[in-house]
Amino acid sequence: MSRIDVRKTYKLYIGGQFPRSESGRSYVVNDAKGRLLANAAQASRKDARDAVVAARSAFGGWSTKTAYNRAQIVYRIAEVLEGRREQFEAELKAAEGISQAKARSYVDAAIDRLVWYAGWADKITQVVGNANPVAGPYFNLSTPEPSGVIAVVAPRGALLGLVSVVAPLIITGNTVVVIASEENPLTAITLGEVMATSDLPGGVVNVLTGSVAEIAPWLASHMDVNGIDLTGVEDAALATELEVAGADNLKRVRRPAPDTDWLVEPALDRMTRFLETKTVWHPIGV
Amino acid sequence: MYDDIVRSDSSLRRFLHGLPGVDQVGCEARAAGLGTRSIKTTAKAYAIDLAIRMVDLTTLEGADTHGKVKALASKAKRPDPADPSCPATAAVCVYPDMVATAKQTLGDSGVHVAAVATAFPSGRAAMDIKLADTRDAVEAGADEIDMVIDRGAFLSGRYLDVYDEIVQVKEACGDAHLKVIFETGELQTYDNVRRASWLAMMAGGHFIKTSTGKVQPAATLPVTLIMLEAVRDFRDQTGQMVGVKPAGGIKTTKDAIKYLVMVNEIAGPDWLDPDWFRFGASTLLNDLLMQRTKMTTGRYSGPDYFTLD
Amino acid sequence: MSNIFEYAPAPESRAIVDIKPSYGLFIDGEFVDGTGKAFKTINPATEEVLAEVAEASDADVDAAVKAARRAYTRVWSRMSGAERAKYLYRIARIIQERGRELAVLESIDNGKPIKESRDVDIPVVAAHFFYYAGWADKLEHSGYGSTPLGVAGQIIPWNFPLLMLAWKIAPALACGNTVVLKPAETTPLTALLFAEICQQADLPPGVVNIVTGAGETGRAIVSHPDVDKVAFTGSTDVGKAIARAVAGTDKKVTLELGGKAANIVFDDAPLDQAIEGIVNGIFFNQGHVCCAGSRLLVQESVADEVMERLKRRMATLRVGDPLDKNTDVGAINSAEQLAKIRELSDIGEAEGAERWSAPCELPSNGYWFAPTVFTGVSQAHRIAREEIFGPVLSVLTFRTPSEAIEKANNTPFGLSAGVWTDKGSRILSMANRLRAGVVWANTFNKFDPTSPFGGYKESGYGREGGRHGLEGYLKGEDS
Repeated sequence: MSRIDVRKTYKLYIGGQFPRSESGRSYVVNDAKGRLLANAAQASRKDARDAVVAARSAFGGWSTKTAYNRAQIVYRIAEVLEGRREQFEAELKAAEGISQAKARSYVDAAIDRLVWYAGWADKITQVVGNANPVAGPYFNLSTPEPSGVIAVVAPRGALLGLVSVVAPLIITGNTVVVIASEENPLTAITLGEVMATSDLPGGVVNVLTGSVAEIAPWLASHMDVNGIDLTGVEDAALATELEVAGADNLKRVRRPAPDTDWLVEPALDRMTRFLETKTVWHPIGV
Repeated sequence: MYDDIVRSDSSLRRFLHGLPGVDQVGCEARAAGLGTRSIKTTAKAYAIDLAIRMVDLTTLEGADTHGKVKALASKAKRPDPADPSCPATAAVCVYPDMVATAKQTLGDSGVHVAAVATAFPSGRAAMDIKLADTRDAVEAGADEIDMVIDRGAFLSGRYLDVYDEIVQVKEACGDAHLKVIFETGELQTYDNVRRASWLAMMAGGHFIKTSTGKVQPAATLPVTLIMLEAVRDFRDQTGQMVGVKPAGGIKTTKDAIKYLVMVNEIAGPDWLDPDWFRFGASTLLNDLLMQRTKMTTGRYSGPDYFTLD
Repeated sequence: MSNIFEYAPAPESRAIVDIKPSYGLFIDGEFVDGTGKAFKTINPATEEVLAEVAEASDADVDAAVKAARRAYTRVWSRMSGAERAKYLYRIARIIQERGRELAVLESIDNGKPIKESRDVDIPVVAAHFFYYAGWADKLEHSGYGSTPLGVAGQIIPWNFPLLMLAWKIAPALACGNTVVLKPAETTPLTALLFAEICQQADLPPGVVNIVTGAGETGRAIVSHPDVDKVAFTGSTDVGKAIARAVAGTDKKVTLELGGKAANIVFDDAPLDQAIEGIVNGIFFNQGHVCCAGSRLLVQESVADEVMERLKRRMATLRVGDPLDKNTDVGAINSAEQLAKIRELSDIGEAEGAERWSAPCELPSNGYWFAPTVFTGVSQAHRIAREEIFGPVLSVLTFRTPSEAIEKANNTPFGLSAGVWTDKGSRILSMANRLRAGVVWANTFNKFDPTSPFGGYKESGYGREGGRHGLEGYLKGEDS
């Protein structure tokens, strides 16, 4: 008789912990052929609220770490992901019904993307900052700073899509509450396990699984969220509703782009959209 | 009241370095802002006469002669021979050996004689020579002594030496008023000007003065601004008023009026008086006279119509 | 004795400006009659009616957008950057040539002192055009690509009428966009004079269109389907309404909104300059400045001394005729704004803060408010939280750097902040921790075409000025 598998319980990833939804709800996640893969936690508005609190409390420490330090941690995520690549390839094959080769190419790209963004941590300031030659005896320097807590609706690509929207936000010092792809949420939680073991402080990335239509409006209207990235929103009416709600505290908005080809090397604006520019003046005198 | 402060070099340094710093750019912007104030008609006529009354008409040349000083003193008494309503200057300012000559010409006109002493302009002499220089001028009849501080001592942080020198020179002055020259062009920073101002005021100087006129830059609006702030704050703390004298480089009526605006707005109208504010100048007087004539006649005058002395 | 320096009035001559009895809209290079009603613009210092101005209707806005689109498609987007630059340089030069006229008109229509319009607003306007002119043929080096957006709809406030126009139009045109701009309803005149300058510069028709009007006209611009970009400077409430209105569209938006800046004075500050910075921070332009240092945070150990010096300094401020070259503080821009300042000040008093106003005689006609400071203010007071947009300073105290940061950042706004201390490392630490788009250390209210300006949080998004100011007018390289 063959051995009975020990199945994994997929929960949420909030504040470095893996809690169940406070609502006690879960929903069925099937594989590409319609067979049960697992039950995923179905996050509630209160889980979203808790995630924002966790992200906010992590922001101070994360945003003031040295860029070098953030780079090391994001690079560490890539290292750990590399070590668990078979697991991710298997998950992607099962969840998305793709070939082994395709799954491998997504995992490769996800790891490479993390490495690419890790390198940006201590360069983005040099590329988008400026010394400004004002017409007077003043030192004047513009530097980018993270906007704060960013809510993200992740696109369908369960691993590469998720990594491609989260990495550019955290590498610059933002903290994130991300709603995983509703259809393929499980890999996001597995990625949470990777992040939890990569020296990433709890709360920097928080992963919710569940209904985008249910949770996203709470994040969009949350007054302690500074930006919303709607990349994965596929329903145009919902996207508009979220953008309208985001206006209540003038969130920085990234509009939907669910069909992005994540294998293409990204431009800088995934980082810069959620950066503020701070300009400091000081007189020059003796 | 400053006994504790002047007890030692270190306590004096702590005090002087504890004064609020000066931001150069902000200070210069403030001075420039005051310079844009516009004065018209009656106020301007008053300001010109006041400026004339504040002039320490100065000649401090190696080539000075008794004849030159006599001419200067005559001009100080009656700056505009054509107009008896024109006021006299506050003083003439000369080297000690010319004091007697100046005094003789000025008589009881009320115009004071100021003498630069203490090995002016460098101040590089032994203390007893500086004191002798001072006594010599006072004995010759000087009403006011313009001393120079030891900038070397100041810049090397020997503040107590500078303080002691001022105290001793003041003692040597007897009844004569003491003006303390900083040579701000050598002190370089506004922080130093502020510290020197407090040092001189605590030591009992009646006036604080920017420059000898022998070093560039001499008087500037921002340097004078710092000194006016110092005398204002000193009065707030002690109730005592100290005068301010910018010297060197003030050549036009327009400049002089900018200074008066600054006196009015920084130290306050109490200082708008020859007892509390002076201009150390030589060519300024003629420009004031020209503008004065323009005010009374309504047409522009020319240098040919005023005496060159 | 103390009266001799009661500086006699030194009014700048009005003769240099020629205000017409009525103005139309500037559309497609011509002044045309609007199809809507007209409204009056008045001199806030005298309440005299200056001119009647057309209120652009939806149809007028549509005509302006069509003209801008035509000019974009046929002329401006096809022209080389080097040629666009020459037009902008021309405009900069004409602004310098007609600087006195523009300054006087600005002071008449807005109420700001001639000293400020002459020495700050107009020179910076010319500099802004000069700066962005140089970018027009160098956009490929900007980091934002070189593809323009199309037609920009721009709505500007009344506090710096021509300067805000320059901040909007110069980068838009340099990047190859055409514009429809609406000046504020209380200050339309310099924008209309700018339209004349565009004619003098032979700017191709339709590249710049000026439509006057109030909120409805602004709404028509924002919601016009053929507008690709909305740029707005003004209140946070209107900014939020704009953000809602463009939701779900492809319109790019930049918003420069309100503020409640903390001006933080430590006990080791260069005190006399700090006093100047406090005064400049809140009384410059009658406090009608979004980045005004309206909350003074002063370290407890020097609070009394600072207040004493501040009051003494405030007593020397000259309030009155904006055209008098000696005036430091001019007229409040409108009756509505004056009512708002009075209301919030009264609330401040009612909430228990102590009010002190500089002793000054205010003219009997026009809208005036004496420079005012409130002490004993706490974070909970409305005057410490809401933007008053007038010459009213709220003073709070702190004990430690952390407390100063906490209080400074404890606001939904994040436009600007000031820090005064002689300690270099503390300046850098404070500058790092302040959540604000502009941090002035040992200075305040400084502006320059090369220096990006804009806020964090509810103070808006996007930057104006500098290389960063190009981003809002270029397509960029989306991933």
